[in-house]
Amino acid sequence: MTFSKTIPRRALQAVLLSLAIFIFSGASDPSTRFNEIGHQLMCICSCGQILLECNHVGCPDSDGMRNELMAAVSRGDSDSLVQQAFVQKYGPTVLAAPTTKGFDRAAWIFPFIAFAVGTVLVIFVVRAWKNRPSPALIGGPPMANPDFDRFRRQADEETDL
Amino acid sequence: MAFLGNFALLLAFALSVYCFGAGLLALLSPDEPSSQRLSETARRAGIVVFGAVFLAAVALVVSAFRDDFTIAYIFHHSNRDLPTPYKFATLWSGQEGSILFWCLLLSAYAFVLRLRYKTDPRLFAYASVVVAGVQIFFLALVNFAANPFGLLEGPLRPDGSGLNPLLQYPEMVIHPPMLYLGYVGFTVPFAFALGALIMKYPGEKWIHITRRWTMVTWGFLTCGIFLGSHWAYSVLGWGGYWGWDPVENASLMPWLVGTAFLHSVMMQEKRGMLKVWNMWLVFACFWLAILGTFLTRSGIISSVHAFAQSSIGSWFAWFLGITFAVFIFFFVLNHKHLRSENKLEGMISRESSFLFNNLLFLLLTLDVLWGTWFPKISELVQGNKVTVGAPFYNRVAIPVALILLLLTALGPLLAWRKTSFESLKRNFTWPCVAALIVGLFVMLTPTSWGSIFGLKPWHDVSYFYSLMTIVLSVLVAFTVGSEFYRGGRVIAEKTGQGMFASMVQLTHRNTRRYGGYIVHFGVVLVMIGFSGSALNQDKEAELGYGDHMQIGSYDLVCRSYTQDDNANQETEWALMDVYQNGQLVRTMTPQRIFYKASQQASTKPDIDQGFKEDLYLVYEGQNDKGQPVIKAHLNPMVIWIWIGAWVMIIGTGLALVENAPVPVTVRVPRMMEHAAPVAGD
Repeated sequence: MTFSKTIPRRALQAVLLSLAIFIFSGASDPSTRFNEIGHQLMCICSCGQILLECNHVGCPDSDGMRNELMAAVSRGDSDSLVQQAFVQKYGPTVLAAPTTKGFDRAAWIFPFIAFAVGTVLVIFVVRAWKNRPSPALIGGPPMANPDFDRFRRQADEETDL
Repeated sequence: MAFLGNFALLLAFALSVYCFGAGLLALLSPDEPSSQRLSETARRAGIVVFGAVFLAAVALVVSAFRDDFTIAYIFHHSNRDLPTPYKFATLWSGQEGSILFWCLLLSAYAFVLRLRYKTDPRLFAYASVVVAGVQIFFLALVNFAANPFGLLEGPLRPDGSGLNPLLQYPEMVIHPPMLYLGYVGFTVPFAFALGALIMKYPGEKWIHITRRWTMVTWGFLTCGIFLGSHWAYSVLGWGGYWGWDPVENASLMPWLVGTAFLHSVMMQEKRGMLKVWNMWLVFACFWLAILGTFLTRSGIISSVHAFAQSSIGSWFAWFLGITFAVFIFFFVLNHKHLRSENKLEGMISRESSFLFNNLLFLLLTLDVLWGTWFPKISELVQGNKVTVGAPFYNRVAIPVALILLLLTALGPLLAWRKTSFESLKRNFTWPCVAALIVGLFVMLTPTSWGSIFGLKPWHDVSYFYSLMTIVLSVLVAFTVGSEFYRGGRVIAEKTGQGMFASMVQLTHRNTRRYGGYIVHFGVVLVMIGFSGSALNQDKEAELGYGDHMQIGSYDLVCRSYTQDDNANQETEWALMDVYQNGQLVRTMTPQRIFYKASQQASTKPDIDQGFKEDLYLVYEGQNDKGQPVIKAHLNPMVIWIWIGAWVMIIGTGLALVENAPVPVTVRVPRMMEHAAPVAGD
């Protein structure tokens, strides 16, 4: 491998690594962790709100759950351990988003597959439309209809650059 | 009143059946001499449906004002001391009433459609029959499954249970009508689309008619969605405006597809392309609007906004199935009629940008639909429900929305048919430079300037998204601004007018295009408002008298708390002095209200709105020691969401205005220009 090829590759790797670090790294002080994990959990009082956003008057659950979360974060439990403990106690609906395990993974994969398939499809359609011959209309050329011309003209005026 | 209401509803149902049957018969035998008369009687019957449904709605509202608790619906959703505006809101505050309200709005739309039949009698006759079919379904519901005039069993009660406390807020009087006008309105474009498909309608006139209806409907839905967000922000007291609840998602999906249609419809009008696609988009708008109603009524998906589970969910499921089957049948039968008239001439063109724009809107819709249904799918597959909340949607939807924002900037700079790289570079360079400068400015300025400044994208991925949103929003604003500037300059040079007057004239000459740009500018403001959410702060404290609480640059001091009592409610509120830089800037009064009739409590936050940030205080009650518990939120840039929504509505209204005629310019021969004026000139 030549020097001229290695340098750009290394630079690219460095850039990607830095990008990954800043995207995936999180601050780890307890209050930030409390805030982050608390926004990934739901209040179970059936208010349908994120734990730290539950303002349900007289909520029987959110205070206790917040105290449990604070205690777990103060103990230094990892994020996944805290989440597991909550799931064990309150069930899987306590997590505000599906996990990345088992069938739950499908929730995350589908949007990206749809994006990829859709993009490929549009590129394919654009290329196909560009390369095909001008389509002939069913039943020959368009009818001479004053309405056609009027609406086309109006559309031209309204949408042209 | 119950008798009158029931009679009116039955009459409306019978007339709708007649309108549908007679209209269909007339369309099936157009050569029969009597078919024209039959069609006319069907049209008139359809018009009378509006009168009958209006009468039923009036009967229900009058019952609310007369505190007629013999009617179960009035007993459950009203009480004697309910303030007057909320007595009106009783009409749509419960399931039965809201379906009656749906019928009323649908009848009003159908009334206008049937009055305007002369535009194209045959197409309108088809559309009228389709609308009558939908009316039959909803009127059957209110007559046989969810009757708002059902009588209360047992002894007569002295007072009603009252309106849901969360609905006792001024915006709730206008939010549901707006949202419903949006939902219901999609029936009309669908009716025209299905009518045009069945009759193999030649040309683009139907789409021209449909586009205007869709714009009106889209405008109402936009208004309804933002009013709902504002209501959630001002009333629910959790400090946010969008919670990705299934019911919120249900309103977003038809809006997204409607937006895609408003863009792709230009391809059909202008180039005779995307005919099949547009047909499907119109159908999807209608279908998703009904699906949203199905979600809220069936209880199949749990939502904080949903009505209790009821039997009418299965009615909606059947209706969704039937409409889908009917549409598919006619599509398969007549789809060859929808072949494209033109081919794509360039990869970089307005056409291809619209295709990508539609792809992204559809992807967003699919993501929202998937997220909304995934708990149910998970329950079916693995036997346990999961929650799909904000963290999921934020992760999958924000990147797509950002690409969409980039396309919003690019789109106006692309010409129809083909655009050269050179022209793109020429038009895009300066907006890009400006956006990057603003991005750097936001990153490098000190945080003391305001929450949004000093945004370091490497601290958190949400900061990165916020910064990207700001940069792309500025890019869109500059490209939109440059469109106005370039067009205005041409007119200014020709007419000698000032720049502002020229831009006004430019907009008036082509309201659809420049109205659309104003809508884009509104979207920019909304997105800037959204970008602030990454920097939200909140803090909770139990405050004794004179205790302090610090959030952002604000120092909050609890002065006291007090109480009030009236026939409808008991109110407690805290008096909070707000200091900034040592100066008392205002006193805020977050409240906690206890509604006597429903025996329910709710909070009412106090919000101090500013262009930089909102200070949002919630009084959560008292602790064991009798001290007020205050939650304070500092939400940057939120006001721009509401301003942006207004701009979007104004832009939509403008796009519906007729174009001003372009003045004819007569070139004066040079000789005459220099000719000396003579007497009498």
